Amino acid sequence: MAEEHVPKAAVPTGPPDPPPAADAAIPAFITSLQAEVPGAVARISFYLGDWTVIVPVSHVLQAVTRLRDAPDAAFDLCSDVTATDWPPRAEGRFDVIYCLYSTRHRHRVRVKVIVAEDQPIPSVTGVWPAANWLEREVFDMFGVNFTGHPDRRRILMPDDWQGYPQRKDYPLEGPGELLMENPIDWLKLRQSREQADIE
Amino acid sequence: MEAVEAKTVRGAMFDTSELVLNMGPQHPSTHGVLRVVLRLDGETVVDAEVVMGYLHRGIEKLSENRNWTQIILLTDRMDYVAAATSNVGYCETVEKLLQIEVPRRARYIRTILCELQRIASHCLWLGTHAMDIGAMTVFLYAFRERELILDLFEEFCGARLTYNSMRIGGLPQDVPAGWDKKVLEFCNIMAEKIDEYETLLTHNRIWLERTKGIGIISGAEAAAIGLCGPALRGSGVARDVRKDEPYAAYDEMEFDVPLGTAGDTYDRYLVRMEEFRQSLRMIRQATEGLPEGPIVGKVPRLIKPAAGETYHAIESPKGELGYFIVSDGKSTNPYRFRVRPPSFCNLQALPRLVRGHLVADVVALIGSIDIVLGEVDR
Repeated sequence: MAEEHVPKAAVPTGPPDPPPAADAAIPAFITSLQAEVPGAVARISFYLGDWTVIVPVSHVLQAVTRLRDAPDAAFDLCSDVTATDWPPRAEGRFDVIYCLYSTRHRHRVRVKVIVAEDQPIPSVTGVWPAANWLEREVFDMFGVNFTGHPDRRRILMPDDWQGYPQRKDYPLEGPGELLMENPIDWLKLRQSREQADIE
Repeated sequence: MEAVEAKTVRGAMFDTSELVLNMGPQHPSTHGVLRVVLRLDGETVVDAEVVMGYLHRGIEKLSENRNWTQIILLTDRMDYVAAATSNVGYCETVEKLLQIEVPRRARYIRTILCELQRIASHCLWLGTHAMDIGAMTVFLYAFRERELILDLFEEFCGARLTYNSMRIGGLPQDVPAGWDKKVLEFCNIMAEKIDEYETLLTHNRIWLERTKGIGIISGAEAAAIGLCGPALRGSGVARDVRKDEPYAAYDEMEFDVPLGTAGDTYDRYLVRMEEFRQSLRMIRQATEGLPEGPIVGKVPRLIKPAAGETYHAIESPKGELGYFIVSDGKSTNPYRFRVRPPSFCNLQALPRLVRGHLVADVVALIGSIDIVLGEVDR
């Protein structure tokens, strides 16, 4: 099959997050966030016209509350909450990303938080109720440890599901029905596949 | 809870308690496999819990193991009643990552297809929404016109539901000869039919009773809870991705964004009815001003965007459809593929909307936020 011909690339250790050019005009809401909440902005990134603010876990709630309430930011819509898994990264394997939009100023920003496995990250459901289900989905798919969430349960997968499907170390294909019906055939199939991989 | 206790008459022979009613997952008016667990006090809904995931196919995980071109047909399978808009959103996101320019003709044809798709999706919404409330005729009428759009799509790309109608950098093929005339002809037919739908519903006493004042939500609350698209505009928030962050050829189109005032089911209905007309207006503009030229931009033979991540949103018939894609710059598949599904975010508002209304209004409200379960569960 086509997939087998794809050369196995080295495992990436994180997104590049390129910093903005030295002469780039940083939006006012980022500079005022830096000034008003010290330590809230670890890094700034600019790529393909989108600004990204990288915030340490300890300052998430302060930073997003400021971004929602300050008149120069006014991010009233939380478009999306999602995550990316970078297993080998030393500072924490998950990027939790909030995509924010302001209907008043019509601008966008992405807030990115780096967390390790099991490291608690405060839920932003109190700031935007829209984040409720989106965070549930991130918990369901990645197992990110949101704290203070009103209803932290699985949302798409069944309640008794084991593992977190979107993690990079989660297999694409499970044992399926064959394991239930005929475990010996399943074992043979798996062995023949492993053999094919080695060859 | 308080409401129930208040009704219990002290010393009387009877007692009242809450009833838990399971609606779905096989219920005709949940538009797919959605389960809503209702807690009822008599016929009034005290609380609702939405259970989903019955249609989860792991499209995000699958996409991370397919190459960039193969993903286009997976996006068809999310919002299957508006497949072309999902295609456009995905292709534009990859074009943004690759930083390639799409020719003007291709952008115009994309606009026409998106707007035809919006009309088809709204036809399906109108038919099913009206049928849920009890107006059977509208369903038959709306599906009659939807068929005309499906015929146009069939002539363009050979498929009637899952089109796979876009390619990264442009279109798979040019429109067939005489297609634009048929589109204009369709616009003339459709313009009359919208008035016909409105005669059936807009001033209909039963329709007004069933939709006015049902599920009222203020603009600020709607924005906070994550409503998007026509459901958000029904509450009077001027948010339309086509106007705010134009894509395809929307920056060259003239159109208005209809807004509601009351934020109830009736206003959401009116907003969508006006969107029919605005879509027709855009289709006419784009078809009449269709420029000549190539339909595919300069696309590299091996699609492998530089390492980086981006978020790009478009206005699907349901609301803001966003794609967040991360490329690691080394492999021929995305490192992370995330869809921001508008139906999922709209559905989140359902428990808030149904609280305090009658059981019969729940079906009206599910219809009014216009969800497709293929997109909710992915």
